[in-house]
Amino acid sequence: MEIFDIFLLEAVLNGILLGGLLALLSLGLNLIFGVIDVVWICYAEMIMIGMYAVYTLHVQYHWPLLAAMAAGIASVALLGALMHQFVIRPVLSAEPINQLLVTGGVLFFLQAAATLAFGIEFKNLGVKLPPVAIGEMSFSFPRIIAFAVAVAGVAATYLFLTRSYLGTAIRAISQDREIMPLMGVSPGRIFVATSALGGALAGLSGCLLVLQYDIHPAIGLSFGPITFLICVLGGLGNMLGGLIAAFIFAQFISVGGFVFAIEWGYVIAFVFFIAVMFWRPQGILGGK
Amino acid sequence: MKYLLLALLAGTPFYGIGNYPLHLVIMCLLWGYVYTSWSIMGRLGLVSFGHGSFLGIGAYSVVMLWNHFGVSPWIGAVVGVVLSAVVAVIIGFPCFRFKIVGHYFALVTLALSEVTRLIIVALRDQTGGSLGATPNTALAQGNAWSFGALQFSDKIVWFYAILAVWLAGLWVWAKVDRGMTRLALEAISHEEEAAASIGINVTRSKLFVTLISAVMTSIGGALYAQYQLYINPETVSGISISLQMVFGVIAGGMYVMLGPTVGAVFTLLLAEGLRLALGDAFKQFPALDLAIYGLMLVLFIIHMPKGILGTAQEAWGRASRPH
Repeated sequence: MEIFDIFLLEAVLNGILLGGLLALLSLGLNLIFGVIDVVWICYAEMIMIGMYAVYTLHVQYHWPLLAAMAAGIASVALLGALMHQFVIRPVLSAEPINQLLVTGGVLFFLQAAATLAFGIEFKNLGVKLPPVAIGEMSFSFPRIIAFAVAVAGVAATYLFLTRSYLGTAIRAISQDREIMPLMGVSPGRIFVATSALGGALAGLSGCLLVLQYDIHPAIGLSFGPITFLICVLGGLGNMLGGLIAAFIFAQFISVGGFVFAIEWGYVIAFVFFIAVMFWRPQGILGGK
Repeated sequence: MKYLLLALLAGTPFYGIGNYPLHLVIMCLLWGYVYTSWSIMGRLGLVSFGHGSFLGIGAYSVVMLWNHFGVSPWIGAVVGVVLSAVVAVIIGFPCFRFKIVGHYFALVTLALSEVTRLIIVALRDQTGGSLGATPNTALAQGNAWSFGALQFSDKIVWFYAILAVWLAGLWVWAKVDRGMTRLALEAISHEEEAAASIGINVTRSKLFVTLISAVMTSIGGALYAQYQLYINPETVSGISISLQMVFGVIAGGMYVMLGPTVGAVFTLLLAEGLRLALGDAFKQFPALDLAIYGLMLVLFIIHMPKGILGTAQEAWGRASRPH
């Protein structure tokens, strides 16, 4: 029985590590939704582009890993700004569901573009880090790094939003989209800045994921749904809610996956999500 | 005019077009039917990303019951329909009762289609998991067809079966289009509170179209499994196929009867056309059609939100109206 408890503890701790990563994944999406009121269905595909960017620069062009990652983050940030400028801006005044769907078109495009450019083979960085053993438990080192960086990324985003002028303007726009233009804030520019920031967070997530997982063009589909559901569970646009939801989901996946099988962990998490939606449709922390 | 075109279509197997083009026509009709099923609720403001769930339930019900218990696909399809209806009510009722609309509805149903896919994968001992499943053949010893097992080696039989189902789907679409429910739901999709205040039962109206749509999609899944004789959790459930249905409808035109079918034809012909046009180059760029498709979807939603057929009809209407 004792052994079982140690492994359960390991699953719980792994869940916390996963939670940090999921929190970062959902943060950018939540930010964009909170400010622009659009859900990027293709958000996970932008993360995938970040992963491929790091892979290409590091493995094919032999850039140092950290430089490749910085470039990866910058390129996804640029992609985010372009995405807003050319895809979202033309449908800003259209029906909300069209805004959701147009990003779905981008999803297909990015997935196919990645297949064209990189093929369907699994790629990886070839960086192997040894697992960390604590007592009888072992943890993957990339996961620990990912957790630390994700927490730092979330904290940095929080500081940016609360301490900087641009961040304050972003928060102001998300609170009242009609009044802010009267206060001399240009919503168009704020939207582009927010999209770039959301893209940068996607790029950062990509850098962390590429350390742990093989890359393939459909990888977005494996963690995309969970990212949206975390945002919705926390209350779309509510960043604190998103953080809490990320840790709840991660526990379901990790512990549920440990007790049953990994798919059942996801099934339990999704069923939990559906049940919560009926109880609090606005999300656990969302207001009306 | 309408009947003439239909007669032309019904004669397709006798034009000597060969097996592969006939297969394409059958696929156009089958997906046209499934997309039409989706659009019955989609056009009324209920954008569901969960139809992969109903398609998957339909497909896996027939194959699993047939393979493990020898139950005829006819009964399997009924079981699939009942299961889909139950799932539709379990998800739909609370959604409509608690006014989960728009983004939230889309994302809750997205969770549903992922749950279905993951359950199919997780039950790999029974379902074959990601490798998919093939119905045990009933066509041994030179039997060309088995009615009880719903397996026909002759594509002509399938052509007429699926043509009939497609027509039935259009009939249901037209029926809903002319019914009171459509008016009620249109009012709801514009202003839910106001619609409720004039005595429309919002929950019941929404549940009604959701049930029709789910049941029809489930039948589509069963047909797909029996026609293709191979199913796979990725192709009949999950987020990909759910999005594909939504986009097929958008590309073709959500608000016109033949719009979803046009969407299905467009999607299939785009892939085939590129395959023909590019020849060998196509083999080197396996996802080129998807890339172009994705790009076109973005352009469609931005510039032609009414879809191909919707826009064409509008242009036709403008041209024929005297100035």
